[in-house]
Amino acid sequence: MKYLFRLALASAWNRRTTLGLTVMAIALSVTMLLGVERARVAAREGFEQSVSGTDLVIGARTSPVQLMLYAVFRLGEATNNVRWSSFEAIAANPAVAWAVPVSLGDSHKGFAVLGTSTGYFEHFRYGYRKPLTLSAGRAFSGTLDGVFEAVIGADVADSLHYGLGQHITLSHGAGGPGLAEHADKPFTVVGVLARTGTPVDRTVHISLEAIEAIHLDWQAGAPIPGLVIPPEYVRKFDLKPKTITAMLVGLKSRGAVFKVQRDVNEFAAEPLLAVLPGVALDQLWRVVGVAERTLLAVSAMIVVIGLAGMVAVVLASLNERRRELAILRSVGAGPRHIATLVVAESVAATVAGSALGLALLAVVALFAGPWLESNFGMTIHAWVASSGEWPLLGGVLLAGLLAGAIPAWRACRLALADGLSPRL
Amino acid sequence: MQQPLVSVDELRFRWNRNQPPCVDIEHFEVHAGERIFVHGPSGSGKSTLLGLLGGVLVAEHGQVSIAIDGQATELEALGSAARDRFRVDHIGFVFQQFNLIPYLSVLDNVLLPCRFSARRNQKAGPTPQAEARRLLRALDLAPELTERPVTQLSVGQQQRVAVARALIGRPEIVIADEPTSALDAQRQDRFLDLLLQECAASNASLLFVSHDRRLASHFTREVALHELNRAASVVEEAAS
Repeated sequence: MKYLFRLALASAWNRRTTLGLTVMAIALSVTMLLGVERARVAAREGFEQSVSGTDLVIGARTSPVQLMLYAVFRLGEATNNVRWSSFEAIAANPAVAWAVPVSLGDSHKGFAVLGTSTGYFEHFRYGYRKPLTLSAGRAFSGTLDGVFEAVIGADVADSLHYGLGQHITLSHGAGGPGLAEHADKPFTVVGVLARTGTPVDRTVHISLEAIEAIHLDWQAGAPIPGLVIPPEYVRKFDLKPKTITAMLVGLKSRGAVFKVQRDVNEFAAEPLLAVLPGVALDQLWRVVGVAERTLLAVSAMIVVIGLAGMVAVVLASLNERRRELAILRSVGAGPRHIATLVVAESVAATVAGSALGLALLAVVALFAGPWLESNFGMTIHAWVASSGEWPLLGGVLLAGLLAGAIPAWRACRLALADGLSPRL
Repeated sequence: MQQPLVSVDELRFRWNRNQPPCVDIEHFEVHAGERIFVHGPSGSGKSTLLGLLGGVLVAEHGQVSIAIDGQATELEALGSAARDRFRVDHIGFVFQQFNLIPYLSVLDNVLLPCRFSARRNQKAGPTPQAEARRLLRALDLAPELTERPVTQLSVGQQQRVAVARALIGRPEIVIADEPTSALDAQRQDRFLDLLLQECAASNASLLFVSHDRRLASHFTREVALHELNRAASVVEEAAS
């Protein structure tokens, strides 16, 4: 048996040019398949780590997925706000270590504007509990003097070519042009955040007080006619926020998470909802997961095409090998030996293709990894990353084995019909 | 009388149920040490007979019995895997041409039967490689040829490598199917001498099939296949 494999390898090596092309095709398809799987896992990890270190996300009562969509991904709008008094009450809960308010609703050239406290820069975590870092400048001061200061995400800075000191005006409401502008109260960019690969990159951060300030002379989503409060006077007003959109909460001990969640959900003053980000992100992923599964199915089809090419090559080679098979028959090889020989060749080609594919993927991951990480927040591992890849590889090998059975069956038929004297 | 090595009785074979038999042999036997020249023009059922003797084909009627160490084995009674093993254990084959596997070295080609047959491997001595080299030398092949790819060998050299393969591990029977037809007349004689000499040296009976009757004088007995095979003569009469 061992000798048969040696024989199969020698025979395959003898036809290395044609088989080599097949192996390359298999390698590329395996690279594709595992690359998609790896990217899928990385995208999922990146997605699930859009928020980390936050134990609860709290907003007005709605569905957990919707709360995550607007509070974390800045998608859609909140149906209701949270009263400032509720925020203060929850922040005062003895189990709560920190609470960061989030106030959404305005935008700047399509990028979401997020009103928050300075605690945001201190407590927000993404990825593997990575804190936000500034690539330039500083966080907004949070004082009345610095009320018109803004900190922008990396995407905002890059796509609008903004740097420190840039003056920007905000639009009321989320979305594109045609929105009412808060043109009378421009902001100054004081900080640019380093890239995170999360929605933070596409956000303009200002203080909660600033949110109040730009809406002082507004009512029901429009400027109050005849009332203009110039920016230099806003400090004379009470800029304490009345409502916020949501809040991020960190607990002193993770063990208290369900108790605090229950407390919030049963909050008497107004209907609130607290969700565990991990759980809600998981639910959300199930919605967007259809696309990645489709992609995986497509790459599986490409592997099938690669193996079909291999079957064609091995089948085509059989005719010129009839002489060889007759010689082997004469020295005692039976149909099962012939079948093993041919299957071993297909398996060898599949194994070589898979190994080459893995190596190719490692090279790609090594070179493209840093770029993917900084641009998409996807961490692509160079070596086998997820347990999901082993079944895929196993599936490829099994498919190679099954595909090899087709030429093996044909070789047996040829060998039996030819006996010792092939009719060429 | 001594038990024959090979004994064929009332053997009939046809490829297809709707066709007349292409082999129909009443009786044929080979004794140990015999060197038989089988004169077989094309259409006389030569390949089919070789297939039947080698246990690659199975007759629908009659039997092929081969006696090894006084114990007769009917090929028809064996399963296909057992027939494959029996073939390599006791028979060495030399074909007309393209006898060698192109991607194996000369030495590996010679050693092939030892890989498939424990018996041949064991009978080839403690180091089958050494036995293979000895046979190659005896067949007038220079030692430096043994590691070469077989594709660099001349046809005559290839045929001699095939003889070494047929003889390694001392099988009881060597069947040579037109082994000289690809050689010119001068090389034919030289090849034949070496073949007969080495078959004798390893005590193998030789069944030499050829359409060239000029070679018959080298053998102990001549058999005309188209006379032996009743099915063949029918075809010939019909054709004439």
